[in-house]
Parts: sequence; structure tokens; C-alpha cells
Amino acid sequence: MMEFPTRTLDNGVQVIRPVQRLNMVAAPRLSAAVESLITAGHARIVIDLSGIEFIDSSGLGALVSCLKKARQAGGDLRISGPTAHVQTILKLTNLDRVLQPVPTAEIAAAAF
Amino acid sequence: MTARLALIRATAVLTAVLGVNYIAWRWLDSVRWAVWWIAVPLVVAETYSLIDSLLFGLTVWRLRPRGQPPPPPEDATVDVFIATYNEPVDLVMHTARAASQITYPHQTWILDDGNRPELRKQAEAEGIGWIARSPDWIGRPRHAKAGNLNNALLATRGEFLLVLDADQVPEPKILDRTLGYFRDESMAIVQTPQVFTNVPESDPLGCKAPLFYGPIQQGKDGWNAAFFCGSNAVLRRDALMRLGISGYVRAVEAGVNRALRAADAVLAKARSELGPDQARLETALRQLASEIARARSELRHGGALAEVTYQFQRRAEVIARQLVEEDVAGLAADLLAIEELTTSARHEPGGLSMLDDTALRKLAQRDWSPLGAVESVRTLLSAIDVDRADEAQALMPLATISVTEDMATCMRLHATGWKTAYHHETLVLGLAPDDLASMLTQRLRWAQGTMQVMFQENPLLAKGLTIPQRLMYWATMWSYLSGFATVVYLAAPVIYLFTGIIPVRAFSGAFFIRLIPFLIVNQLLFFVVGRGMRTWRGQQYSLTLFPVWINAVTSAFNSVYNGRSLAFVVTPKARPGHAGRPWRLVKYQLIAAALLTAGMVSGIIRAAAGYAATTTTIINLIWALFDLLILSVIIPAVRYPGYQPAKDNEQ
Repeated sequence: MMEFPTRTLDNGVQVIRPVQRLNMVAAPRLSAAVESLITAGHARIVIDLSGIEFIDSSGLGALVSCLKKARQAGGDLRISGPTAHVQTILKLTNLDRVLQPVPTAEIAAAAF
Repeated sequence: MTARLALIRATAVLTAVLGVNYIAWRWLDSVRWAVWWIAVPLVVAETYSLIDSLLFGLTVWRLRPRGQPPPPPEDATVDVFIATYNEPVDLVMHTARAASQITYPHQTWILDDGNRPELRKQAEAEGIGWIARSPDWIGRPRHAKAGNLNNALLATRGEFLLVLDADQVPEPKILDRTLGYFRDESMAIVQTPQVFTNVPESDPLGCKAPLFYGPIQQGKDGWNAAFFCGSNAVLRRDALMRLGISGYVRAVEAGVNRALRAADAVLAKARSELGPDQARLETALRQLASEIARARSELRHGGALAEVTYQFQRRAEVIARQLVEEDVAGLAADLLAIEELTTSARHEPGGLSMLDDTALRKLAQRDWSPLGAVESVRTLLSAIDVDRADEAQALMPLATISVTEDMATCMRLHATGWKTAYHHETLVLGLAPDDLASMLTQRLRWAQGTMQVMFQENPLLAKGLTIPQRLMYWATMWSYLSGFATVVYLAAPVIYLFTGIIPVRAFSGAFFIRLIPFLIVNQLLFFVVGRGMRTWRGQQYSLTLFPVWINAVTSAFNSVYNGRSLAFVVTPKARPGHAGRPWRLVKYQLIAAALLTAGMVSGIIRAAAGYAATTTTIINLIWALFDLLILSVIIPAVRYPGYQPAKDNEQ
């Protein structure tokens, strides 16, 4: 079972860091983890993708659905540190125009 | 038939007759069954040695000195490969320069598995080619030297290749003296001897192999079974490439069939492990299972492998495509909802509406497919294809099943009808390991490689080899099993000298009248075959290195059957003498020597006190003394300070 290490930055932003593969098996778990953060009242979230080696369409779906949930809760969701593979797929799907990645979680959080 | 060959054959027959006579008598009439725990191992060890001797007799039966080679073809294209991993740049360059000086037109290449910029710079400055592994090898098995050569084979195009290790310096005439054999269209390999310039006359580490690079190879050659020994050999590219292609077909067929057979179980297990939130994936895996059944049936009905796997992969993509489209539809819906929420319009909206077919197709392809979410399914999908995705290259001409790629490759060539030749002329001068640790590592590697081949492609069972060829390969493998016999030969006199237990009915006249003539003619056979060359050092080492041989058998067994890696002895780089003498490398031999010595003391005391028969004690004392004489080779080996040419000249 995939665990998602989560840390809180100074300004209260939650950083969640999935690792290895963000695929059909892992995606629902990430969604669930983000949802529980939101339920707990943390709607400003950064997903740190620096540990992700692989992402498929389900993984992308999960990122967007998490973005939606954060927005609906009045917060926002950013992504940071994508690896080359993740960047390729973000570009291929034009998702990088919606979820613009930044190099680190700290930079992403600073923009909230 | 020459007079020499007639003499060899006569001696071989005599050895066989006397040997079989002795061993038959041993089994039938002299085993002391009451002490079976030592009696049986001893008679088995003796039988082992007899078979070794018979195989040697068979080897030299058709001893074939080739004499003058045919003239080389006029327009052959040749690549000279210098394989290196971590040898010093200067040493590699020295060999490469000598290779450039080879008179027959050729291109010299350094195959640099160490990927060293400095070596590249120097090589290119002198117009010598430099090849490192292509990016395809990243993250895939490297297969050591076989991989290095396979990589270079695809990067070059000469009809013939001269393969040299980095410390093997060729003579300019080497190609002129060897290429002529390839006038025979079915000749695949011409091997020349390995001769070392850094081994003193006394050869303390037993590096010279005058019997092997001489009568043994010439004997194997007589049966069209001359071995390829990894260096100092010329190879025909076409033969290797054909081997690569047939190997590819075999590997792909086996791989796809194995994957299809295992598929149902893999998919069932994957489905059972999915959580309740994975209904979509569950359905997809169910669909995949029916596609696998379809592929299996198509293959059964004679469908071509490439076609069936291609169609299967496309249908798997259709399944994946459904998942991707669902994902993307959900994603688009989410984005729409987000847009409605967002007033600031900070993000550019509608990005996903532009997702075209190319992108969708890409997301459904095997590399990115959502079906790969389950590791085992991902592996399964890539196994049902003909691209050999688990290897860097589809074609692996040099065999990768063993750390000694040479023997395995050569055997496969012989099995597909190719010829090899052994040309007995020194055309390369090389360096031998010159400290005990490196020597032991090298011998272990050879033995392990040979054992890996024995376990995986046993020549007695392999298709396509003639019976003598099978036996020639088997002879070499058999000789590496000697470690177990040696332990018995060391233990038997020790056991007697301590306890008085003898493993035979009696060391009587009947015993010696059968044994002694056999031992004598056996040595005579070596003498006749070797024309008086010094084979004593080699005989000493083949017995003394028993711990190495045993280690090789067990570690190769574990690597083949239990998937464990061959735990290589780490070679300490410091020269012996600087950091103390490496006695610990020969600890088993020292223990054996200590037991033999203690046994001799005990035996003398027991005989003097009347507990043991004098004659039997004397026989066992001689036996123990002989064992010690054999083992004594470790002393000069441990004390050997490395080759010192100046000092050697003074003497």
C-alpha cells in the first residue's frame, strides 16, 4: 500500500509527496489522501511530483480531480518538481497549461 | 598417421585398458564396504580420475597440428576489437597501437566498457576507433564482456573480427597468418595460443598452459571442437550474426510462450489483489485475459509469432484506450467544473479540449498504458512481444548465459554446423595475472563460467553436436569437477594415519600390480603428448586449487538454479609483500597440509607403538607426502612478489 508523506510549510500549506508510480492503482489513493486533507480543513495543497517516475492518464485524472476539490473547498492545488517523464506527459496533454509546474514545493507554496 | 600420433594412440589405449582393469577390480573386489563412508568416496574419486584420463586419451586421439596456414584472402574486411573495462589507459593504448600496426588492412577499435573520456581522447587522436555502450544498455543487463562485444558488433561491419583482451599485444602478421583458414566458408573461428611475457621460468602461479594451448586444443581441433578462448581469436561476423538471429528467435518464442502460459495466473492474481475502488481496472484485466486466450489460440493454429503478438498488442491498446478515454473525459469534466469555480481566470482554460488522437494513442501505448498499473501485468504485456524489451539488443550473438561467453558461444556455433580451427603459432604476447589473488579470481571465473554452461546447455544433451564434440566439451567441464575427488585423496591417508581405517580391502600386491602400471602409463601419456614439456606445475595446480573448483561448482549451481549472483572474490589490488603475504587466500590448502603433517606424525607413532601395520603405514606416509608435495606449490605462489624482469635477468 502506497503511503503519502505529508508535511506542513510555515504558511500552513500542505505538501504531499507521492513516489514511484502514479497510475491506476495509486491514483485513487492519492485522491483519497488529498480529500482527507481538505476535509481536515487544509485546502491549500502542493503535490510534490519529484519522486514520481511514471504517471498515466489515471494519474493525470487524479491531479485534476484534486485540483477541483481544492478549488471547491475555496483553496488551490499546485504541482512542483515534475521529473522529465511527468513533464513530457503534462505537455503532451496540454495539462501544463492548467497545472503549471514549478521547481520546488516551497516556490509553489510561496505563490499562495 | 605420423609416428608420434601412433605412439600417442598406443599409449592412450594402454592407459585405457590398464585403467579400466584397475577400476573394475576396485569396484568388484577391493572396496571395504564396512567403512563405506570413506571406501565409496575413494572408489568414486578414482573412477572420476579414470574418466578424466579416458577423456584426455580421446582428446589427443586425433591430435591435429595444422602447419602452415592457407594464404589470406585478398579483400577481406576486418575489425580488430580490444576489449577493456578498467585496465590502465597506457596499457590499452599500447595494445591498440600494436593492433594498428597489424599489416593486413583493418580497422582497430577500443571497446571501452569503462566509458573513459581520457581513453577516447587518446584513441581518437591516433585514429583508433573508440566504442562505448549505446544508450540502449541503460537499465538493462550488461552481460560483461559478451555485452561489450555484442554492442560493438552492431556498431561495426567488418567481415571478420580479431578479438583481443586489453593486455594481449598482437604481432603485425597475425591476420596474415589466420585469415586464410576462412577460405573455408564454414570456418567460424580461428583461435591462437595465449602466451605470457610476464611469467618467469618457474611459473609460480601456474599461468602457463602448455598442454592446453598445444596438444589439448590440437586434439579438440582434430574433432572439430577447437575452443574459442575469448581473446587472440579471429571470428567470422556472419557466423556470429546467424547465431544472434537464431538465438533471438528462440528467446522470443520461449519468452512469449512462457508469458502466455503464465498469463492466466498472473491476471487472476492481479485481479484478486485489486481494491474495491479498482472496478474499472478489474474489468479491463478481464478483457485482457480474453485477448490472451485469443492470442494463445491463434498461435496454436499456426499464427506467426510476430503477427499474433502485434495484433495482441493492438487489442491491448484498445482496452487501454477505453481507460484513457474515460480518464480524459473525467478530467475534462473536472476542468469544466474548475473553470466555473474560477473567477480570476488565472489559468488558461480549455487546455484539454485540444487533446488530439496522437496524444490519446500515446497515452494508451504500452509504455504509458494504465493497464501497466499492476507491476506483474506490465511485465506480462512487455513479454508478449517480439522486441525483447528486457535486453539492450534483440541480437546477442555472443552468448550471455555464462561469465565465460567464449565457451558457450563456441559450442552453439559447433551445434549449428560451423567449424573452428586452432592455429598453433604465437601471434600475441600477453600479460598473465601476477599475484595470487588475481590468479585465483581468474581461475574461479573460468571454472564458474564453464559450470554455468554445463548446468544450462549441457553438451551431452545439446542438439546438433557430434558425439566427439559433446565429449570434448564434456572433458573440459569434467576436469573442473576435480575438487571433490581431491578432497577424498587428501582425506584418505589422513584418516588412516590417525585411525588405522583403510578404505580398501588391503594395500596388497594385487592392488599395486593393477594400480602402478596404470599410473605409469598415464604419466607416460602426458609425456608422449607433451613431448617432455613441463606439465608438473599444471598437475599441481589442478589438485591444489580444489577449494576454487568446489566454490565454482556450488556458486554456479546457485546462480543457475537459485538465481543468486556469482559472488566474485574481491581481488585486493595491493601487491603481496606490501601488506603481508596473502596466506588467508589459501587457508583450506594450509589446513589440509597441517592435517597431513599431523597425520604423518600420528602414523609414525602408531606404527612404532604397534597399533598399525608397518607396510600400510609406509604406503600411507608416501601417499601423504605426495599430497604435501602437490600442495607445496602454494608456498612459492604466496611468496611470489610479482614479475620482476630485471631480477629475473640477473639470475
